[in-house]
Amino acid sequence: MSCFKNNRSHKGDTVADMPASTPPGTVPVRTTVTGWGRTAPTAARVVRPRTYEEAAAAVRGCGSRGGIPRGLGRAYGDAAQNAGGFVLDMTGLDRIHAIDADGGTVLCDAGVSLHRLMEVLLPLGWFVPVTPGTRQVTVGGAIGADIHGKNHHVSGSFSRHVLSFELLTADGEIRTVGRGTPLFDATAGGMGLTGVILTATVRLLPVDTALMSVDTERATDLDDLMARLTATDHRHRYSVAWIDLLARGAATGRAVLTCGDHAPLDTLPARARRRPLDFRTPRLPSAPAFLPEGLLSRTTVGLFNELWYRKAPRARTGELQRISSFFHPLDGVPHWNRVYGRGGFVQYQFVVGYGREDALRRIVRRISEHRCPSFLAVLKRFGEADPGWLSFPLPGWTLALDIPASLPGLGALLDQLDEEVAAAGGRVYLAKDARLRPELLAAMYPRLDDFRDLRAKTDPRGVFVSDLSRRLAL
Amino acid sequence: MKDAFGLPQSLLVLGGTSEIALATARRLVARRTRVVWLAGRPSPALETAAEQLRAVGADVHTVAFDALDPDSHEAVLGKVFAEGDIDLVLLAFGVLGDQAHDERDPAAAVRVAQTNYTGAVSAALVSARALQTQGHGSLVVLSSVAGERARRANFIYGSSKAGLDVFAQGLGDALYGTGVHVMVVRPGFVRTRMTAGLPQAPLATTPEAVATAIELGLRRRSETVWVPGALRLVMSALRHVPRAVFRRLPL
Repeated sequence: MSCFKNNRSHKGDTVADMPASTPPGTVPVRTTVTGWGRTAPTAARVVRPRTYEEAAAAVRGCGSRGGIPRGLGRAYGDAAQNAGGFVLDMTGLDRIHAIDADGGTVLCDAGVSLHRLMEVLLPLGWFVPVTPGTRQVTVGGAIGADIHGKNHHVSGSFSRHVLSFELLTADGEIRTVGRGTPLFDATAGGMGLTGVILTATVRLLPVDTALMSVDTERATDLDDLMARLTATDHRHRYSVAWIDLLARGAATGRAVLTCGDHAPLDTLPARARRRPLDFRTPRLPSAPAFLPEGLLSRTTVGLFNELWYRKAPRARTGELQRISSFFHPLDGVPHWNRVYGRGGFVQYQFVVGYGREDALRRIVRRISEHRCPSFLAVLKRFGEADPGWLSFPLPGWTLALDIPASLPGLGALLDQLDEEVAAAGGRVYLAKDARLRPELLAAMYPRLDDFRDLRAKTDPRGVFVSDLSRRLAL
Repeated sequence: MKDAFGLPQSLLVLGGTSEIALATARRLVARRTRVVWLAGRPSPALETAAEQLRAVGADVHTVAFDALDPDSHEAVLGKVFAEGDIDLVLLAFGVLGDQAHDERDPAAAVRVAQTNYTGAVSAALVSARALQTQGHGSLVVLSSVAGERARRANFIYGSSKAGLDVFAQGLGDALYGTGVHVMVVRPGFVRTRMTAGLPQAPLATTPEAVATAIELGLRRRSETVWVPGALRLVMSALRHVPRAVFRRLPL
């Protein structure tokens, strides 16, 4: 059986689970890789370049099945996997090169995490311009997925704050890419398929404190929620609603709405005012490696949702919360994705434009009728779109939910929702996707042909390939 | 590529006229599969099968493949894999033989063994290597409940499936961690052309039920699938029945 020998390092586990003491380095390690949802594992050779030269050498030596950059592996689906080819683990490029503490910009390597940026920048009075629901994403990944946060209605997506970046392209050359160029717009949201981002210059947001002033209110159903979000979100920099998708009947779409702003210094109590920019991140024990499937059933999630909804105050204003608890509550539990068991989970996120509330209502009703046990469902209003060709946000309503992949009938349900979304002129988010039908992609992303043309020109040999790009023919 | 639910976009069927395989292909084409390769001996039945799948929207190719000619497997299957990734290989060929006749005609018995076992070993190894190079894919092997314990009525067929079953289990272990998933499917009595005219066994099932079980197994990344599921319990009990009793059972 010698032809099946492989030097797997870790019993088919994911890259994210590899022990920190054995960084892969420049010698490729053959291992299976999944996204954060832990579905559809595929095997790749993982290299971890520590210098730009090593990254360029890795790109030049990718071979026939190509390569794809990977950050901290928080894309839910198969965006940072490359079956049979190379995966460039970019977390080895983790230097912060320069901070302009007066002008508010940072120049750093693509493998630097937002967590690291917050640690370094908050004491200087600066914050990242956009943060998703986790700090454990890299700057390169943030550009590649053109991530958004609770401030999208004010600040747009991450790429809006990127002044320029350096891109290692398929020919092994490094190009400086500025805003307004086709390569910039293809790369912002381009899922790593235009090249490997090496460094980026990002504009920052000034803050007085490391605390958030948060208003919370409950919404009794979906229409109430939409009315409240529409009425209030322009008053706050951040706003999002947690929505109970198991609630049925009149309570369908009941939600807890939270709006926040960076707390000004004078709102802090005297003690906190002494060190207002302290960045604290509580950490609970990691989720165990093996958890049974079915832990998140309709019953347990139903109970959780009921409690979570009841626990929220009907209305409260000005509560002070840490950045970590307001933005990244799940980061407190490392490997929280394991709670779905070995079958993993799917995250579904779509957006439909303003004026298409009918589609949103129908979709919420269908999810609720299908009894999807989702304890992490959020609804948010997006502001203006950014120019990235495959960038996800467009002005409208976005709903994101986690669902165990083992839920019967889920695949067919999501296919039907895709049809609704596409018919309403909306789209699903590629950084979360693990199951979209390729036929629908062009309707959802009208600039897809431009993206393909640019890839054909800049990467004729198809050096940059991922499981996502194979599945959706990107 | 397979999606989050294990559904393939491309399918290679070895034994392109197998009813179980075609029921599975129809099911998968209805969900995600667009490209289907039907490998089998050239025949009108193979072309009919291709037409049926084209009618439900698949892009179907047929390829001449003979399980009894292992020397050709490398070349024949190599061409298929060279055309693009194959997400799922369904190893479905097999013959039942005629037990009473084959006991008196060793050459016929050997043909059953060569088709079901050695032919499958060759085709599975060739496919497995190609899947390993891809770094992804599933190899679904149609075994049989007949391979679980020898029965007086069909031990020639049963022994060939027993060999195949053990081989596929071992192959699955060898490929663990390579991104390739091997799933052994053990149907009970399936009502098909192959079993037409035979007395129906208890817990009989249909090709469609096997197809459903395969789809579920792909989603769960199962290593062993029994169809119907109750057979798992029944057979684990029957395994332990003493020989003297077992041979008297009306099975």
